Amino acid sequence: MAVKPSERIMVPLPSHSIVPIEDMHKAPVLQTHQLGIDFGGLTAVNNLNLAIGPTEICGLIGPNGAGKTTVFNLLTNVYQPTRGTILLDGYDTKGKSCDQVSKMGIARTFQNIRLFGKMTVMDNVKIGMHNQLHTSLLSSVTHGFGYKQAEKKAYDKAKELLDFFGMADLRHHQAGSLPYGAQRRLEIVRALATNPKILLLDEPAAGMNPSETAELMENIRRIRDEFQIAVMLIEHDMNLVMGICEGICVLNYGEIIAKGTPDEIKANPKVIEAYLGKKADK
Amino acid sequence: MKKSQKKLRKSTVNNLINYAIVAAFYLVVTVMIQTGSATRHMKSMLVPICVAVILAVSLNLVIGFLGELSLGHAAFMSIGAYTGGLLSKFIANQFPQIPVAVRFPVSLLAGGILGAVFGALVCLVVLRLKGDYLAIVTLAFGEILRSIVINLEFTGGAAGLKGVPQDASFTYGIILVFITLFVIQNLVKSKHGRAIQALRDNTIAATSVGVNATRYKLIVFSLSAFFAGVAGVLYSHNYSILTAGTFDYNYSIEILVMVVLGGIGSIRGSVIAGALIVMLPEMLRSLQDYRMLIYAIVLIVMMIFTSNDTIKMYMAKYNPVNFVKNSMTAKKSQKEEN
Repeated sequence: MAVKPSERIMVPLPSHSIVPIEDMHKAPVLQTHQLGIDFGGLTAVNNLNLAIGPTEICGLIGPNGAGKTTVFNLLTNVYQPTRGTILLDGYDTKGKSCDQVSKMGIARTFQNIRLFGKMTVMDNVKIGMHNQLHTSLLSSVTHGFGYKQAEKKAYDKAKELLDFFGMADLRHHQAGSLPYGAQRRLEIVRALATNPKILLLDEPAAGMNPSETAELMENIRRIRDEFQIAVMLIEHDMNLVMGICEGICVLNYGEIIAKGTPDEIKANPKVIEAYLGKKADK
Repeated sequence: MKKSQKKLRKSTVNNLINYAIVAAFYLVVTVMIQTGSATRHMKSMLVPICVAVILAVSLNLVIGFLGELSLGHAAFMSIGAYTGGLLSKFIANQFPQIPVAVRFPVSLLAGGILGAVFGALVCLVVLRLKGDYLAIVTLAFGEILRSIVINLEFTGGAAGLKGVPQDASFTYGIILVFITLFVIQNLVKSKHGRAIQALRDNTIAATSVGVNATRYKLIVFSLSAFFAGVAGVLYSHNYSILTAGTFDYNYSIEILVMVVLGGIGSIRGSVIAGALIVMLPEMLRSLQDYRMLIYAIVLIVMMIFTSNDTIKMYMAKYNPVNFVKNSMTAKKSQKEEN
């Protein structure tokens, strides 16, 4: 069941977009327009305008409770937005379910790891390829009619992906029994297996030591270069964010307070205020 | 690459062992019947064993692989039992020239399909529910259905449905067990089976990688209800009278006990436990008053053994097959050292 591509909408980039110069002539892979969501009386996210280039690494930072994960949940349609539109590769995602949005080309990882713990590493990656395998119910019940070819294809591609992250040796282990760092990596591999246009990483470096973080940075860069996709990440580790992001958005109380390159963000007084508080009046 | 092929083969071997267990059971029983060493009492248990195995394996698909608790399995079975029974009775009365070999499969299919339809309907109702709530709704569905069947005219009411031709035989039962095993084991190992297990392990993550939760819940519920319906048809063609009271929630719980006893998610366990639960009360008949006591103790001990990781570890350690394997590899490495 393919998602019926509704009309592809091309909106000109808002003047405050943070698309890097080399992506400027291409249409952004993800755009939001005045996006907002209310939970009862609480406005969690408001007036969110984003434009992310097709091969950009974009950071989303902000103090705790600023609404960063809510933004990810909005982009992947876990929550339906109260206001505004999301354009994924030019297509409106309004009213789509999570799995349909995944088919349209968005993949994510989770803040608290959500792997399929009882299944093997290989099966976790194969589930990522769920929508690329066209095995009918009949062929999977009889194990005929192209079942073998489809499984072979899935196995080969999953192994290739695992190889890319140096995890091919772990493929028969139970996902839940892997060490923490490997579980985080596996979540990224699974997300990549869905063949996305944009990858959302929710605190990929949480709980990692400096050397693991350095490896992660290298991996994120490799993902962008090899797969030619956009990456958007939420992270509290400033070395990582400043080190690899081309554009950064700062969120506070559900609204974007600053956008720009890492250097611009570092110097922005509003950002410093949000993180460290106001200077006391003498 | 070599290692993976070995692993692949291992899971295939596991499935083949299940077929082999059923085939061996069939052969042993056939030989016993041929040589005349099977008692009448034993023969009367053969079809019920097949019914129980089909029920346990199909319920395991819902509980073990989708991870939802359904307490209405006996209700789906009763739908199959009445549909198949009424259809066979109708065909036998109106078209007596149609042979049993046609009549019975048609009834099986009809019972299964109607069971699947009701499975899908119940699933649509409980789509938003999870865990205990889903269990309660399926339980209520079973009780509602039982009350309806008792009060209907054409099902024979409380007196029961009489005159269903006794078409069921042990051979039919074993064939149906094979079909059930084949379909469910193959499904579990495919793309769709992975999606179902992914929904069990983490629904949010599964939908985020593109698994359509609604679709797979529908598939699992209707497939499971299909086989429950088939088991029902087999059941109704084994006895001369069919009463709605049989399919109460106690029966649903009994099927659940089979699944838990065999180990949730273990198909082989369901096969063995299904047969055991049917045979156990009969085997313990000589103990009279202590029968139910021993039955309960066996259940508790088995549940502890199948769900406790420490005990499982020890069982694996002292498993004769593993023991031989390990000692062989140890010898090999010793030889290499020498």
